[in-house]
This record gives sequence, C-alpha cells and structure tokens, in this order.
Amino acid sequence: MNTPSASLGKNRIHQIDAEVLATRRAGAYTVLTLSANQIAAAAKPGQFVTCSVGEVGTGLILRRAFSIHDVTSTGGQGGTIDVVVAPHGGGTQWLAQRRRYDKVNVSGPLGQGFKVPREPVSCVLVGGGYGSAPLFFLAKVLAARGCRIEMILGGATADKVFGILESRRAANSTTLVTEDGTLGVTGRVTDVLVDSINRFDAKAIYACGPMGMLAAISELAVDAEVACQVAVEEAMACGFGVCMTCVLPIKGDDEVPRLVRACVAGPVFACEQVAWHL
Amino acid sequence: MKVNMAVDLGGLVLTNPVLTASGCAASGRELDRIFDITTLGAMITKSIMLEPRQGRPTPRMAETPSGMLNSIGLQGPGIDRFINEDLVWLAERGVPTIASIAGTHVHEYAELTRRLRSAPGVVALEVNISCPNHDDRDHVFACYPEPAAKVIEAVRRSAPFDLPIFAKLSPDVTDIVEIAHAVVDAGADGLTLINTVLGLAIDPKTLRPVLSAVTGGLSGPAIRPIALRCIHQVRAALPKIPIIGVGGVTSGQDALTFLAAGANAISVGTWVFSDPNAPARVSQELAQELKARGVSDVNEVVNLAHAEYPLESDAVVSLNE
Repeated sequence: MNTPSASLGKNRIHQIDAEVLATRRAGAYTVLTLSANQIAAAAKPGQFVTCSVGEVGTGLILRRAFSIHDVTSTGGQGGTIDVVVAPHGGGTQWLAQRRRYDKVNVSGPLGQGFKVPREPVSCVLVGGGYGSAPLFFLAKVLAARGCRIEMILGGATADKVFGILESRRAANSTTLVTEDGTLGVTGRVTDVLVDSINRFDAKAIYACGPMGMLAAISELAVDAEVACQVAVEEAMACGFGVCMTCVLPIKGDDEVPRLVRACVAGPVFACEQVAWHL
Repeated sequence: MKVNMAVDLGGLVLTNPVLTASGCAASGRELDRIFDITTLGAMITKSIMLEPRQGRPTPRMAETPSGMLNSIGLQGPGIDRFINEDLVWLAERGVPTIASIAGTHVHEYAELTRRLRSAPGVVALEVNISCPNHDDRDHVFACYPEPAAKVIEAVRRSAPFDLPIFAKLSPDVTDIVEIAHAVVDAGADGLTLINTVLGLAIDPKTLRPVLSAVTGGLSGPAIRPIALRCIHQVRAALPKIPIIGVGGVTSGQDALTFLAAGANAISVGTWVFSDPNAPARVSQELAQELKARGVSDVNEVVNLAHAEYPLESDAVVSLNE
C-alpha cells in the first residue's frame, strides 16, 4: 500500500480544454501539439497527462494517458505540450484524428518524473515504440546540464520506431534497432545497450517502453552497475491516484514488494525498485 | 435566488447533497489537488477493512460501453493507518466523512465500527455488504436478507446510538426491496443505492476474461437506469428512509433525476475518473438546474418521479412554468 502523503505531489493538477495547435504524422504515430500553458509551465520530464476521448455522450468514458513528449514554455501564455498518440483503439484513433483548432480536454501534469544527475555525465536513453516519446523532453533537460546523450530507439518495424529525425537534434548519437531489420540494427534494444554503455562510459540509463523490454534493460543495468530509471506503462482509469487499477509490485526500503499506484508513485521508478518477476 | 442545497439524511445534515462515492475518491487527498473538497457535502471514503490488503493482481480494470469493470479487491492500508493518516487528514481539512467499512465476517464489521467510534471527523458509516461472507461459503452478504441484516445489526450494536449507519445495497438481487426492509429493520438509518453490477469482459482475441479476477463490478453511465430503478422501487416501499443515490451520475441533470427517483443525496463515482472535477461541477450544475426551474430548495424535487405526486402539485407546477 502506498503512503499517500509520501507519494502524492503537493502541486495542483490542471484540467483544461486545450486547443490543438498542430498535428503531424510520425511513422505509425500522430503527434499532437496542444495549447496547455499551465501544464507546460509545471511539467517535468517523465510526467504524463490524460486526455478525454470521443464526443460528448461518448461510450468511451476513460481518459487516455500520454507521456509528455515535448514542452515549449514561453513564460507567457503560449506554453504548449506535445503528446504522441499510437492509434490502436477507438479512443486513440479519435485523438489521432483531431485537427487544428479542435479542443481536447487535458489533465496534468501527473506522476513523478525522471531524476536527473547533478553532474554532466554520459546518459543512455532507451525507447521502445512510442515509449521513446518522453525521452526527448528528458534529453532537453539533460543537455541543458551538459550531459552527453546516446539514444537507442527501437521498434518491431521501422514505422514503429519513434523520433528518428528528432534524435539527430536531441542526442549526440543514436542507435536505431528494429526486430525485422527494416531500419538500423536487426534485433532488440537490449542487444546494443551494453555496447553503448561501454562506449560512452554511461553513468545513467533512462528507459521507457513495454514492460518486457524494461525488465530486460533493468537486468543489464544492474549487471553493468549503472543507475537506471524506467517509466512504466500500466493500464489506468483515473491517472491521479483514486482508482487503484494501475498498481505494480514495487519494493520498499525493506525489500518487500507491495502493489503501488504507477500513476502517483511513478510512472518513473528506479529499476531495482520494480519486482519484475512478480 | 439562493437555492438551499442543505439536506437532512435522517438527522445527518449536509450542506450539499453531492458526495463522492466509496472507492472512487480514495480518501480525499488526490481529489483535493483538483478542486476544494470542502465544497462537497461529504467524502465517502474507500471501503476499509481491519488489516492492510494488497488487493487483486492486475488487470483490475476493463473499459466497457459507457462504463468500466473493476476488481480491485479492496486494496487498502487497514483500519489503523486509515484512522491515523486518512481520517486525521480529512478532519484537519474540515470535510465531513462517511467512512465505508467492509469485512468478510460479521465480527469484523463490528470491530471496525468500534475502532471508528472515536475517530475524528466521521459523521456516518456506510456499510459495504457486497463482500463474500467467509462464514457462509463466500455468499455475498448483500444478496441475502438475513446475512445482510446480521451485519447491520452488529454495526448498529457497536456504533454510538447517534452515529447514522447507511447500508450500501447490491443491485444483483431478485428483490432489492426485500433486502432494504431487512437492513432497515436491523437498524440501518439510511441506504446507499447502488453498488456495482457484477459483469464480465472477455478479450475477443484471446477469448479469456480481461480481469484477473474473471468478474468485476460494472459502474458508470451504463448502470444509471439500474440505479434509478432500484432507488425508485425502494423509495416507493420505504417512503421515509434517507437514500444516497449512486450509479452513473455525470451531470447536474443526472443528479436531478436521482433526486426525483427518491434519493436525498447523490454520489459521483466512476465519472471522477472521466472528469476529476465532476463532483464540484455536478454540484454547481444541480444548483443551476434548480434555479432555472424556480426551485429554491433541493429537497423539493425529491420523489417527484413518484405517482403520488400529481402533476398539479405545487412543486411540479413550478417546475413546468
């Protein structure tokens, strides 16, 4: 069970009808740029937002969660956030079909973000599929601290690898990996991770993607004795801590795993906190 | 025109008829980051059991048409931490709390009640009897009049005489009026209608149940007509009993229909997941709905859907003008 006071932020959660400022296709995904000044101003890398889907009276009642892919904060009223939508169901398809000037109800920023190193160290950022999305916001913050950034972006096929072009700007170097070999190295992100760690003398790993991938990365990171944070993807109904559906086993200081809400205690965890085998 | 929103639930006076629903608002802290929870009539907290519980494995949730299934398994911190952390916080925050309790033996309900006797800020108990009865082959208390009554009797005996007790009834019964009579005769001061409806979702690809627990409780707008039916039936049979209506309320208009069916107060449950601000919004919309109809007191619309209110009655005439 969570300690509510310990895991809940004090910050207010904003809920707004955000205007869609731009949309663009990126392989199998759609990127939405939303006018969300208050959320943009407060957001930290690794945090997420939830969006309502469907028209008024829709039968789809639950909000969809999206990690914050990018933020522009002008300090004035023009702050925006980008989210990456993978259209695989009725709700995400509806979102991916939004056009400029449409409104989307957005709530956030939610959850606990990535912790960033104090020193300008070398970092490896690993993303699987649209799980790569939050790594770009993170890369901005790391770069501002002088960190060297290697990105490993993977996917089943080339169109499922997110952020290929953006990584040229966001990272010092990028390794692309596909399972079918249609782009970059044939295989999985874990096949190239150890090499990247060694080559760049990485002191921190950040990963986001499917749970199986995160578990495998976690194992390699522990072996290599490199600090690793993962952003987990759990199905959730509310996104702000009341529904108790997004729980996963997290080890406490006593090493005993307890079911903890990914939405308020996470989605970012130190890899050794997660009881992957449970 | 100022609309009176205060309601009297059998001696329990609340400044606002809009409440949270057990299991949909945790213990208030999370919601307080969205809106000022002191504007609510009361917080109905997530059902608490004696011991800390991990709940069920995931998946615990499945979205269904206009609703969702859940099988959380009453994950919670146990009564001691609930009192020391959650109730203390709610009392300091100044929110009237209706504490929901759950157990698997009659004596657990009694023990929970005793622990809560001197707990801060608790203005009433809600008894979640939709739990498996470990003394009777895990039959759900709420589905049979006698076990349901036994739980309420035990809670009534263990509670201070002036602490109102609400029994939360399950719609998964042949005759909800029979259960309502049984728990009221056993000492319930009021009823909460309704708990979730048992359902099942099957993954069309794997043809296996989506939820790890196989079945789950259906909630959301999908069950609103069932909630209205239960409230209407029980109100017709028990004209005086205070009723907290719950089940798919999303708007002030929905709340109004629950009042008309016979509810004296309304809980916003699953819609909090859809619109975290929903309880605050429903309360504002309800006041606007009443104002637009020229009704100055929320209590005037209670029971209007019942036949004994002829169309020429004052309240209805003023509504139609």
